[in-house]
Amino acid sequence: MSDTSTITAHTPEDVSVSRLRKRLRALPITLYLGGTLISLFVFVVLVSFIWTPYPANKLNLANRMAPPGTPGFLLGTDRAGRDVITELMLGARNSLYVSVVSTVVAMFVGTLIGLSIAGSNKMLQRPLTRLVDTGLALPGILTAMVIAAKLGAGNTTATIAIIAWQIPVAARVTIGPARQILALDYVEAAYSYGRKKPYVIRHHVLPNISPLLIVLGSVMFAAAILIEAALAFLGVGVQPPTSSWGRFLNETQSLLEAAPYLMFFPGIAIVLTTLGFNLLGDGLRTALDPQQSRSGLA
Amino acid sequence: MTSLVEVTNMYFHYPRARIIAGEAAWTLEDISLSIQPKSTVGIVGESGSGKSTLVRVMCGLLRHQQGNVKFNGKDLSEFEGDGANDLRRENQIVFQNPRRSLDPRMTIRRSLSEPIRALHNRQPGDDEIIATIERVGLGREVLSRFPHQLSGGQLQRVGIARSLSVQPTILYADEPVSALDVSVQAQVLNLLMDLRDQLGLTLVMVSHDLGVVSRMCEEIVVMRHGRIAEAGRTDSVLARPDSNYTASLLKAARAASLERA
Repeated sequence: MSDTSTITAHTPEDVSVSRLRKRLRALPITLYLGGTLISLFVFVVLVSFIWTPYPANKLNLANRMAPPGTPGFLLGTDRAGRDVITELMLGARNSLYVSVVSTVVAMFVGTLIGLSIAGSNKMLQRPLTRLVDTGLALPGILTAMVIAAKLGAGNTTATIAIIAWQIPVAARVTIGPARQILALDYVEAAYSYGRKKPYVIRHHVLPNISPLLIVLGSVMFAAAILIEAALAFLGVGVQPPTSSWGRFLNETQSLLEAAPYLMFFPGIAIVLTTLGFNLLGDGLRTALDPQQSRSGLA
Repeated sequence: MTSLVEVTNMYFHYPRARIIAGEAAWTLEDISLSIQPKSTVGIVGESGSGKSTLVRVMCGLLRHQQGNVKFNGKDLSEFEGDGANDLRRENQIVFQNPRRSLDPRMTIRRSLSEPIRALHNRQPGDDEIIATIERVGLGREVLSRFPHQLSGGQLQRVGIARSLSVQPTILYADEPVSALDVSVQAQVLNLLMDLRDQLGLTLVMVSHDLGVVSRMCEEIVVMRHGRIAEAGRTDSVLARPDSNYTASLLKAARAASLERA
């Protein structure tokens, strides 16, 4: 019996497509799940700028507290007859704005403070670290109340409160790992060929703590959404008529017996968004770490 | 003949070392030694005896508090500021643990080009990087890899290549094989010997293995508790040790080799 073999010629395009497929398959599932949830969240926010089922704060007094499935109101209406889907879409916009601004500022400032302390003179490190610990010990909600008393309730107050709350977190989480990396041989090697501390921190420490910072960022993002909702719930955050998931939750607590399902919608929106950021952070950390990733993305 | 490195009555302690009875607890005390150009010197002693600290002081990574350390006849303090890079170019170090001495987020190519970028202010060409990696017996295919994709022996070769990329006069090897498998230790030591001969390097080997030092080094410095217990030509020190400590080290080394046999 003759043995026939088929030789298939692969073009460079075939090779690169198969390599891309292999890389995409190697990406962690959490990256896809988190990415999908967050993409959905961002998509809803973007759509809310051009379309919502009803105009903002449009009252339908004839359809107050309509249950889910009512014609024209898929998820029902609230006590004032406002469409729940419209409220959720507009609330998402507010949540995204506050969480993006507060997380980006807190991460930047906190990481900068953490790296500066880790790279500072050893005599200064301990008192400066204790100062950060003091910032961590301050109760965030109370701080927000104080800021609100000074500035008045609103989005700016909520954003400033979240930033003040999260800067010590970012700084404290950065100090330990940065100090560990500064004690490693490759940092000493960098000094041995003439690199100075700022270069070492930027090119050796920062890239090596980036997986941690990505996870921290995603956790802080999720926490910012929760805190914004909590502040709005307490009446310190965004004020009527601007929609917010936290304020929506606050308004539904008095309807717990009459319409318990109303509390479910903003609650599930907060949970899914928080979960999405956590999954995305975990997936990114794995994908960007050359030692964990089999995808070669790094 | 002028010494390449001259250490005279040198004292060193770490910045946060405890002060005992009003005096600093010195890590290195009253160290005096000289290293001749193109010689091979072994520094031996038990863990914590100050071998690695001495190397870091001699190559300028740590600053001593008392005494003098000279390189090529110039005190190390004269290399501060603008001259620091001149000292770095001449003095390079190979670290003990190759996995910890290469940045895990940098490719081998980037790790090899870093010293040239830092000390010569230029981006090395492909030919230069390939020649550097081939000099230590590795192929160009490793250049695109990350440290975790190489074995311990390969990584130590990369560490040696990185140190040699700026063409130093003196190479300090701080226990370069102690973190490696026995099977690759001899390969790395032979590589160091070959490179020393080819490039005319001065080689300072830190080791706790007397066998390695007796095979590779013409001169030996025996350290104990931060002081030099004994120093001299390797063959004479090992044949007729003056210090009881050296004799006990020799005895322990013989017992260990008999056990292995």
